[in-house]
Amino acid sequence: MRNKGEKRRTHSGKDLFNRSILRITYGVALIFLGLMAYFIWFVQVESPNVIGNTYNPRVDLMAERVIRGKIKTADGVVLAETQRGEDGTETRSYPYGTLYAPVTGYSQKGKTGIESLANFYLLSSHVNILEQTTKELLGEKNTGDNVWLTIRHGIQAAASEALGDRKGAVIAMDPETGEILCMVSKPSFDPNTIQEDWEALTAEDNREGQLLNRAAQGSYPPGSTFKLVTVLEYIHEHPSDYQDFHFSCSGSYTDPEGNRIQCYGGEAHGEQDLFQAFANSCNGAFARIGEEISPQETAKLAEKLLFNQALPFDLPYTRSSYSLQEGDSLFLKEQTAIGQGKTTMSPLHNLLLTAAVANGGELMKPRLLSHLENAGGENFRTFSSEGAGRLLSEEDAGLLKKLMGLVVTEGTGSAFRGAPYGAYAKTGSAEYESGGERKTHAWCNAIGEGDGKQLAVCVIVEDGKSGGSTAAPVARAVLDAWWAGEENHGEDTNL
Amino acid sequence: MINVYVEISKYLMILLMAMYTFCNFRYFTVAEEEAKEDYCAWQQRILLLLHFIAFSVLFFTGEELLLLPFYGVQLLFFLCYPLLVRKIYPRISRLLLNNVCLFLALGLIMLTRLSLEDGIRQFVLILVGALISLPVPFIMDRVLGLVNWRWLYGAAGIGLLLLVFAAGSVAYGAKMTLSFGGISFQPSEFVKLSFVFFAAAMLYHSLEFRNICLTSAVAALHVLILVASRDLGTALMFFVAYIAMLYAATNRGIYALLGGLMFAGAGAVAYRLFSHVRTRVAAWLDPWSDIPNKGYQIANSLFAIGTGGWAGMGLGQGLPNRIPIVEKDFIFSAISEEMGAVTAICLILICLGCFLQMMLTAYYMDMLFYKLLAVGLGVLYIFQVFLTIGGVTKFIPSTGVTLPFIAYGGSSIVSSFLLFMVFQGMHLIMMGDAEAESGEETEEYWEDEDTDEE
Repeated sequence: MRNKGEKRRTHSGKDLFNRSILRITYGVALIFLGLMAYFIWFVQVESPNVIGNTYNPRVDLMAERVIRGKIKTADGVVLAETQRGEDGTETRSYPYGTLYAPVTGYSQKGKTGIESLANFYLLSSHVNILEQTTKELLGEKNTGDNVWLTIRHGIQAAASEALGDRKGAVIAMDPETGEILCMVSKPSFDPNTIQEDWEALTAEDNREGQLLNRAAQGSYPPGSTFKLVTVLEYIHEHPSDYQDFHFSCSGSYTDPEGNRIQCYGGEAHGEQDLFQAFANSCNGAFARIGEEISPQETAKLAEKLLFNQALPFDLPYTRSSYSLQEGDSLFLKEQTAIGQGKTTMSPLHNLLLTAAVANGGELMKPRLLSHLENAGGENFRTFSSEGAGRLLSEEDAGLLKKLMGLVVTEGTGSAFRGAPYGAYAKTGSAEYESGGERKTHAWCNAIGEGDGKQLAVCVIVEDGKSGGSTAAPVARAVLDAWWAGEENHGEDTNL
Repeated sequence: MINVYVEISKYLMILLMAMYTFCNFRYFTVAEEEAKEDYCAWQQRILLLLHFIAFSVLFFTGEELLLLPFYGVQLLFFLCYPLLVRKIYPRISRLLLNNVCLFLALGLIMLTRLSLEDGIRQFVLILVGALISLPVPFIMDRVLGLVNWRWLYGAAGIGLLLLVFAAGSVAYGAKMTLSFGGISFQPSEFVKLSFVFFAAAMLYHSLEFRNICLTSAVAALHVLILVASRDLGTALMFFVAYIAMLYAATNRGIYALLGGLMFAGAGAVAYRLFSHVRTRVAAWLDPWSDIPNKGYQIANSLFAIGTGGWAGMGLGQGLPNRIPIVEKDFIFSAISEEMGAVTAICLILICLGCFLQMMLTAYYMDMLFYKLLAVGLGVLYIFQVFLTIGGVTKFIPSTGVTLPFIAYGGSSIVSSFLLFMVFQGMHLIMMGDAEAESGEETEEYWEDEDTDEE
C-alpha cells in the first residue's frame, strides 16, 4: 500500500498546510455569502424595477392571465381601462383621448408613458388569494391592479384649457413631495385610435410631433429663464459688491466688438441695478454680465444645476445642453448669458430648477405614481417621495426666490399680481428662426405658495409673444386652479 | 385542475429542495455516523420524490407520451447508480454521491422541459459519464504511480490544448471544441483534471523555488494557450485553481497576493486586447441601455429570474427559451425562473456544501499530493459555479462557463463525473487511513476522547 516513510514526511507539515486550506475555504464561503446576499437583494428589491421593462416578454404572458388594470388620477378620474366584450376580446379605452396622452402613453404599437412604466403593476393581481385560486380553477382571468397617479384632473384640465390650441407644454409639481400634478403637451394624439393614426403620426412630412411629450422631451433655448443661472454666477463671483452693479439701458446694447443686443421689443429700462435688471429681464445688463463672468465657473454651476446631466425622471426625456467654453467669442458669451446661444433645455428641467428654488434648494424626485390598489379597491402599496439631491444652497435658493418675487411685483411677471397666494416667477422670450422669420418661444416658470401648500409650474408656448404676455397667464391659470380647490371641477370627478 | 396541480407541486418542490439542503448541512454538524447515514437516506428519498413530481408536472402540461418511458429509465438510474457505486465502494462519501444525483436530476428536469430531445441526449451522456468514471476511485486507491507521472499530465494537457488551438472550431467567439467522426468534444474540460494533477504532482515532488518557477511556467503556458484560443473563462478557472494550490502548498500569502496582482494586470490587458471582453464588461455595467444587442443575454436572464420571483412561475409556465443558450450558460436562470429563487438559493448552498466536503477531504488527507489535488479540484469546481451563477445574475461580468452536472454538454458531464469520482477515491484513501490509524496508532489518534470518557 502507500509508502509509510512518505506519509511521515508530510505529516509534520500538516498543520501548516491545513491553515492555508482553512483560509481558502473561508474565503470562498465569504464570496458565496456575497453572491447570495446580492441574489436575495436582486429578487427582493431590484427585480420590480427590472421586470416591468417593455423588452421583458414575460409580462405579455401575464396578460393572458390578468385583465389589465385601470389608470386613475389622484382625484379618482379613470384615464385608461380595459373593456371586455362578451366574446372575451379586450379593448383598452382612454376616456379623455388627447388630453392625457402625454401621461398615459399608448398600449398598442408597443407601450409608452404610464402604460409602459407601470406595465408590470397593471398586469399583476392582488385580489385575495381565495378569489385568485377560484378563478384560476375555473380558468377565468383575474382583474389587474389599478395604478393611481399624482396627476390632478382639475389642474390638468385647467392647464390644457389655458394653453388652448397653441403648441407647447405645461408641467407642474409639488416642490415638497415631487408629485407631478399636471403634464400637458400639445399637439397630442388619441391613444384610442393610435393603430389607425399611426401612419399619419409617423409620416416623414409630419412636422407636428404629436407623439413627442414636449413637457419632458421638448428641447428649447431657455431664453431669459436662464438668467437665474447667470445672476447666481454673478453673485457667486461678487459676493460683497453685487449690489453695486448698475447698467444704463437704452433698449439696445453695443458691446466692445460692435455687436448689438436688444431688449425685448426694444424697451429702454433706464438705470438698472442687478435686481431691477433681473426683474425687467434686461438683456443689455445681462449681456454685459456674460462678458465678465468666468465661462468655466458658469459651466460648473450649470452642470450642478443638471445641464448635460441625467434628470431623475422615469419617463423618457431629453437632456439639457450647455456648452459655452473659455475660447468662445464674446458675442456667444453674451448670447449664452441671456439664454440664447447654443443652450437648450426641456420644460421638465426648468420646472425642476424652479421647484428646487421653492424647496430651499433641495430637489425632490418628480414622480407620477401615487399608489396601487387591487380590484377590490384596497390600497396595498403607496409610493413615497424621494430626495434627488441639493441643487442650491439654502441661501442661494432664498435669494433667487426673492428675485423671482421682484419679477412679479416690479417686472415682467405682472400677470401674477393680485393673486390670492404668494407668487414668484421668471419669464422668458426665447428667439429662434423658422423659415427666415424671427419667432419667439414664450416661457414662464412660477411658484405659488400659501395656505400651507406650494406649487411650481413651468409653461412653454411655441411661437408666442413675450413670456410675460403669453406664457405667464397660462401659469397663472394653473396656480389659480390649485388654490381655487378642486370643487370647481368636482363634476368631472364623478364621470 | 392542471393549473392547481402545477401550482401546488411548485411549492411542494420548493419545500423538498429546502429539506434536502437542510439535510446537507445537518450532515456536517452531527457527529454520529448513524445520524449522518440517516440524513443521506432522507436525501435520497427527497430526491426521488422531487424528480417524480417534476416529471408528473411536465407530463400533465405537455402530455408527451415519450415522457413516461423516459421517466422510467431515469428512475431506474437514480435507484441503481447509487446502489451500484456503494456496492463496489462501501466507504464512499454518500453526501457527495447524493449531491451528484440531485444536480443530475435538476438538470434533467430543466433540460427536458426546455427540449425533450436535449433531455434524452443529456441522459445518454450521463450514462456514459457514470460508466467511464466508475473505475476512478479504484485507480486512485490502488495505482501508486499517480504521483510520479507529473510530466505525463503536463504534456497531455499542453498537447490537447495546442491541438484545440490548431484544429478547434469556433463557437461564441472562443475556440473550444474538437470534432472527429461526427463526435465533438471539449478537451479543456479534461485538461482541467490533468492540469490539477500536474500541479499537485509537481509541488508534491519539490517545493524548492526552482521547481515552483518551473511549475508556474508550465501552468502559465496552459493559461496562455487558453487565452490564445479565447477561452477566457476556462483560463481564469485554471489560473485561480493554480494560485490556490500554490498558496496551500507554500502557505505563503505572497503567492496569493502576487496572483491577485497578476489577475488585475491580466484583466486590464484582456480588456484592451479583446473586444468581446469589453462587450461583456459593458453589458455587465449597464445591460439596460442596449437590450436588443449587447445587453440581450444578461437582460433576458434577469427578466427570467426577476419575473419568476421567490416561488417561480412553475414548470412549463415561464419563457426560459427566450434566453439565448439557456441550456448551457443560463440553465441557472431557467431553474430560478420556473422553480423559484428559493430553489436557486438551495442549489447554490448545495454547491457550496460539495465544496466544503471537498475541503474537508483536503484537510484530513495526509499526503501533500492528495491535499493539493483536493484543493485544486475543489477550487476549480466552486470557482466554475461562482463564474456561471455570478455571471447570469449580473454579480460579475459573464464568462460563458457552465454549471457542472446541470448544464447541457457531454464533455462537461463526463469531466464533472471524473472530478467527483477523484474525490470519492480520495475519500476511500482517507477512510482507509483513518481505519489504519485507529488500528495501529490508537493512542495518538483517539487520546482526547478516551480521557473524556474516563
